[in-house]
Amino acid sequence: MEVGQMQRQWLDYTRSLFIEGFLDGQFLQLEQLQDDNNPDFVVEVVSLFFQDSHKLLNDLTIALDQKSVDFKKIDAHVHQLKGSSSSIGAQRVKNCCIAFRNFCEEQNTDACLKCLHQVKQECCLVKNKLETLFRLEQQIMAAGGSIPMMELSF
Amino acid sequence: MGLAAEAQFHVLAVDDSLIDRMLIERLLKTSSFHVTAVDSGSKALKFLGLVEEEQRNEEPSFVAPKTHNQDVDVNLIITDYCMPEMTGYDLLRKIKESKSLKDIPVVIMSSENVPSRINRCLEEGAEEFFLKPVQQSDVNKLRPHLLKSKVKEVREEDQVINLSRNDIKEILA
Repeated sequence: MEVGQMQRQWLDYTRSLFIEGFLDGQFLQLEQLQDDNNPDFVVEVVSLFFQDSHKLLNDLTIALDQKSVDFKKIDAHVHQLKGSSSSIGAQRVKNCCIAFRNFCEEQNTDACLKCLHQVKQECCLVKNKLETLFRLEQQIMAAGGSIPMMELSF
Repeated sequence: MGLAAEAQFHVLAVDDSLIDRMLIERLLKTSSFHVTAVDSGSKALKFLGLVEEEQRNEEPSFVAPKTHNQDVDVNLIITDYCMPEMTGYDLLRKIKESKSLKDIPVVIMSSENVPSRINRCLEEGAEEFFLKPVQQSDVNKLRPHLLKSKVKEVREEDQVINLSRNDIKEILA
């Protein structure tokens, strides 16, 4: 596949991620902060997010499995996950967290468990999507091309 | 230390989230700020030399000619609100209560839009309150606050010079 085709594929794929709500404008902000001096900024921040979220999701699973559920602790974890997902533009994960916190406030264990399941799914989905996106980027760079920037209008 | 020779302002960023620290650091560096990022209020105070000041004040007979840590020159502090142990608000208060640090502009960041929280911080002396995720446009708002404090420093120096000129005139008269 030649570079032009790969770039168009990258653009289409990126657009779909925004249209389907996986990513929001904050992700574009991240890309704008990347430059020749910081060429891996987006990948670094995103990787950090997945490391972070992995641990938080584990902690949440354990916390919700307790006989006496500590909703304050759970809320603190979800607050952190909400913050970091918001910071990287992972919109669907963020929205799950918002719902999750509401159920924490209501101290509704069943609803919280459902939210946890959902947020795990959303993290998994966006992780796969972003990995695909980064792979496309690597292919473009390897073929000597550059990542088309900010031609996204929607 | 020279006057206009130093081109860079030094910002101290405080946030317990590593991702947010990375973000704010990049945002600030893109705007040509020199950045120090720490993960807690207590580390921020330590960096600012405030811990030493409190210890000095506890000794009644000690006359402290300089309570300001001369090695650290911070032009602005930007801190997250929600942090364990010491919140951004607590940090703001400690800075405003400190003789040596109270003139450093402080900006608060928060992921939550709580009007009472925002008002509390502004009333306590915060210059701005940014909602997270912080944008480039927010960082662009920082410059006027920095230049204001630089101008103040220069004026104070002018006053000192004028006094000594008068003193000299009196001596020579």
